[in-house]
Amino acid sequence: MADVTMRVWRGDASGGDFEDYTVAQNEGEVVLDVIHRIQATEAPDLACRWNCKAGKCGSCAAEINGKPRLMCMTRMDDLPEGPVTVTPMKTFPIIRDLVTDVSFNFAMAERVPALLPPPMPEDGYRMFQEDVERGQEFRKCIECFMCQDVCHVIRDHEENKQYYAGPRFFIRYAELEMHPLDQNDRRDYVRDEMGLGYCNITKCCTEVCPEHIKITDNAIIPLKERVVDANYDPVAWLGRKIRRRTKRTATEAGVQPAP
Amino acid sequence: MAAIESATKVELGGVRGGPDVPTLRKDRWWLQPVVTVSILTSFVVYSTWAAFQNQNYYVGAAAHRDLISPFYSPCLGNTCVPGSGSGFAIHGWGWSPALLILIFPLGFRLTCYYYRRSYYRAFWWSPPACAVADGHGSYSGETKFPLIMHNAHRYFFYAGLVFNVLLTYDAIRAFRQPGLGWGVTVGTVVLLVNAALLWAYSLSCHACRHLCGGGVKTFSEHKTRYKIWKFLTPLNAKHMNFAWASLIFVALTDVYVRLVASGVLTDYKLF
Repeated sequence: MADVTMRVWRGDASGGDFEDYTVAQNEGEVVLDVIHRIQATEAPDLACRWNCKAGKCGSCAAEINGKPRLMCMTRMDDLPEGPVTVTPMKTFPIIRDLVTDVSFNFAMAERVPALLPPPMPEDGYRMFQEDVERGQEFRKCIECFMCQDVCHVIRDHEENKQYYAGPRFFIRYAELEMHPLDQNDRRDYVRDEMGLGYCNITKCCTEVCPEHIKITDNAIIPLKERVVDANYDPVAWLGRKIRRRTKRTATEAGVQPAP
Repeated sequence: MAAIESATKVELGGVRGGPDVPTLRKDRWWLQPVVTVSILTSFVVYSTWAAFQNQNYYVGAAAHRDLISPFYSPCLGNTCVPGSGSGFAIHGWGWSPALLILIFPLGFRLTCYYYRRSYYRAFWWSPPACAVADGHGSYSGETKFPLIMHNAHRYFFYAGLVFNVLLTYDAIRAFRQPGLGWGVTVGTVVLLVNAALLWAYSLSCHACRHLCGGGVKTFSEHKTRYKIWKFLTPLNAKHMNFAWASLIFVALTDVYVRLVASGVLTDYKLF
């Protein structure tokens, strides 16, 4: 098969630029194969993160021709003719070449109020299949953070990182809110502290998700609707007043910070 | 609820990698915003023009038909053409009766989660496409007025249901052919398809899915709501299709009724 020109961004926090590499491209190869060939031939110091090469670890997330993608799951023959541009994820600080510092996500992960189950009954907890299935989709997340990368709320507005958890963590909040054993009520928290209102439903997170999780339809919008239940629905508010209930039903809502 | 103190502070201002350009995308990312702007602008221009016309919105007994444009149903003004009135008139309203009602379907679509995605991208460039730079220097999303009003979507959904019932009633009435009995005309089919698409759009709505079952904590304790949620979920996946189809068809329905009412077209009887 013909050679291909790869335009790879090389640099670190002090600056950088594109470098062109023309290397062989074999049938069936993915972008990560070609990056490895560049490392093996022309640029042994080219930094990139990778691990499973099977689309399950999320390590090799980068931007290919300007779109966040896993390098190991992007076939070269699916890309248009011409040079292929490979750049690091834009939203996160650069470490070197294609490697970024994604610790913003770990900070946000620490802020998620943990599952708060009721005391264990004598015969143990019981969950029904329909309740188990509901959160299954969210647990497919491989934490590649491409949804965080593509989300314009922080991609184009660095200052919002202080107040915005991002799509990856909204699916975590949704999973917990839909967990039948969880007694925490995170609705005010995701609105006031985690910036759910910043999301304007542009669905880019769903478009780039390699696990095809319906992040917007099944997590963010249901969370937004729950926030409406708690804060913007006068009928629901009146119902709670009449029934003398807290926002959540039987159990007093409480918060259990992450350890 | 007390705020959760994070052990790890979010560090801002790190140096980002890659070139400082709005986008590196090579595909035709601009095509979708262009199509969206074209269709939505055309619809807004046409519906505004149609709403102010205040004529040719009803085909009545003189033509042996009972067809009313969805833009004018229910006709609540006291200037409604004979036969088109809803039986309830707001006296003193001298403008087009369409102006009284269009705020509800307009509000439903304006606050719709799918349309928000479309017009934020196409009109507001926030962002114009995925991985293409936002067109604004600062961004507060839907946290402030007026965009925080999107949280009223479910009330427009309720209002939309009322209109769906009325437009379904109009479609059933369209089977009536005064002076001739009952039958099916092209107009009947048009009104029926219009009502069906509007129902599909409403029932596939995200707020509907939440209110019918998605809002419960445990499906296992709400079997009926779980079944409704399961029925609505595949519809919800097609919400975009229903949004466009119903938007375009409601305009085409008005066009058809308008052309028949003005004598340009004949409403052919099918059987």
